[in-house]
Amino acid sequence: MLEIIAPENLAYAKSKVLTDAPMHYCPGCSHGTVHKILAEVIEDLDIQDKTVGITPVGCAVLLYSYLDIDWVEAAHGRAPAVATGIKRTNPGLHVLAYQGDGDLAAIGTGEIIHACNRGENISVIFINNGIYGMTGGQMAPTTLIGMKTATTPQGRQVDINGYPFKVSEIIALLPGASYVTRQAVHTPAAVRQAKKALKKAIEKAYAGKGTSFVEVVATCSSGWKLSPTEANRWMAENMLPFYPLGDLKDS
Amino acid sequence: MKGNEVIAEAAVRCGCDAYFGYPITPQSEVMETLMALRPWETTGMVVLQAESEVASINMVYGAASTGKRAMTSSSSPGISLMAETLSYLAGAELPCLVVNVSRGGPGLGTIQPSQADYFMATKGGGHGDFHLIVLAPSSVQEMHDFVSLAFDLAFKYRNPAMILADGVIGQMMEKVELRDQRPRRAREEALKDVGSWATTGKAGRARNIVTSLDLDPARHEKFNQKLQAKYAEIREKEVRYEELLCGDAEYLIAAYGISARIGQKAVELLRAEGVKVGLFRPITLFPFPAKQLAARAGQLKGILCVELSAGQMIEDVLLAVGNTLPVAHFGRNGGIIHSPNEVVEAMRELRVKNGLYYTWTGFA
Repeated sequence: MLEIIAPENLAYAKSKVLTDAPMHYCPGCSHGTVHKILAEVIEDLDIQDKTVGITPVGCAVLLYSYLDIDWVEAAHGRAPAVATGIKRTNPGLHVLAYQGDGDLAAIGTGEIIHACNRGENISVIFINNGIYGMTGGQMAPTTLIGMKTATTPQGRQVDINGYPFKVSEIIALLPGASYVTRQAVHTPAAVRQAKKALKKAIEKAYAGKGTSFVEVVATCSSGWKLSPTEANRWMAENMLPFYPLGDLKDS
Repeated sequence: MKGNEVIAEAAVRCGCDAYFGYPITPQSEVMETLMALRPWETTGMVVLQAESEVASINMVYGAASTGKRAMTSSSSPGISLMAETLSYLAGAELPCLVVNVSRGGPGLGTIQPSQADYFMATKGGGHGDFHLIVLAPSSVQEMHDFVSLAFDLAFKYRNPAMILADGVIGQMMEKVELRDQRPRRAREEALKDVGSWATTGKAGRARNIVTSLDLDPARHEKFNQKLQAKYAEIREKEVRYEELLCGDAEYLIAAYGISARIGQKAVELLRAEGVKVGLFRPITLFPFPAKQLAARAGQLKGILCVELSAGQMIEDVLLAVGNTLPVAHFGRNGGIIHSPNEVVEAMRELRVKNGLYYTWTGFA
């Protein structure tokens, strides 16, 4: 048995960019998977030593505990402005902003629109699970019509709460954004696809093509009050028809 | 040169790495001058017009987190918008420079000069227990000199610094001696100073994390105590102030910024009448020269605080001297600037009343 544990037989290993800190995420949460593939991409591109990430306010606030790179913790919604300040003064760095939908699509709408419109050479990873996870499952701009949350206990109603916000579609209109894609991590195939998208995003931003924007439609089994398996199914059946996967722009 | 233009010149010449700003009256000349100077072609300094004051200060936060000398400038309502990130900067112990060419408030207020942002500047200006290092120029030359000084203090203590000017100092023209060009710090040189904390990519070291978050109460209390120890050290070592004719003074005019310039003239007029009056001018508003002012209390019959506000600095004056002598406030609001004669009149009132703390509210 032991003799088969040899480097040439190694089929999988934890990325060296991931730390050993146990993740705090709920079972079934997409954040952990996105963190893992982000770490793998950073390792594959060999950019661990020249990458600075910006963590959001929200469930991923402690992201800096999990990936072994330099990190800056931003105020709620301001990661694209912080990323701009880092990248403009340090053009040789890879700069990654990681944000959720409360952070990016509500309080930080101004910063993301203008960073993308200026074409900052940064990569933005946007986790869209249609809910505020950390504060206890309130409505996000991305919450679907009829979806029950802590602040829409009867379900989101258009006459009261307006419409779900399709951020990537808006970002794709901006000339400064060069790569805009919507991915998911609910199946092994989707994970592989999302990893490819992340890699491409980081490469394009570093090459000075403008802003890369990778939305990941994600689950929040705790906020949605579903088991991890049910959350994956619910996402595929409800979120993906409204937030269809694929590249929106690749210029 | 204009005070605002000088801020821009001084920034380039002291080797500033980046300016991020948003237009607001009465300080828009800062960014306009920088754009005209095009320092990105000479020193490599980044100048960027942001979409808001909120974005500006967060760009500063980003650049500062990599150990760069980054700054912004704004005026009162814009500084209010920056308050959240000023708190983050202090909490993450990041050095930077924020210039406030203040105007009258509250609200949209007026575009005319004011000194009503003293509380905001010196008592935190955001959530949590923190202080900015606050320098108050009273001439165009000091607008120039304090840019470099503010950066030096900010980096020495890893704390945001503010130049609290007012619309007069920003707009008025005076002769100024510009410093020689200092090159921006080279990466290797900068890393010797900031390498232990700046997020420049983890090559050759353990990773650095810039954050103000700590969910462990015991650790976070310790961090707060460390911040307070830093402020205590700043109070001990960095007090700056100026005294004019205070040696034999029985009365003091306490004033900073443009009010000190007017106070200076009032002292001249009162001395001509034979009143023994001096000018006490705090240059650092945080740290406030409390001990230095208190040292004068024994010889005094009264202090008149002259501010373009309803009375803000007077609270620090009262904390310094207590109820040991009459302390009065004279101020104008709404963008109106007191004349030296008004200050003389207010001083006469103080001398006549000789009571405890009261407020002289100006002409009816």
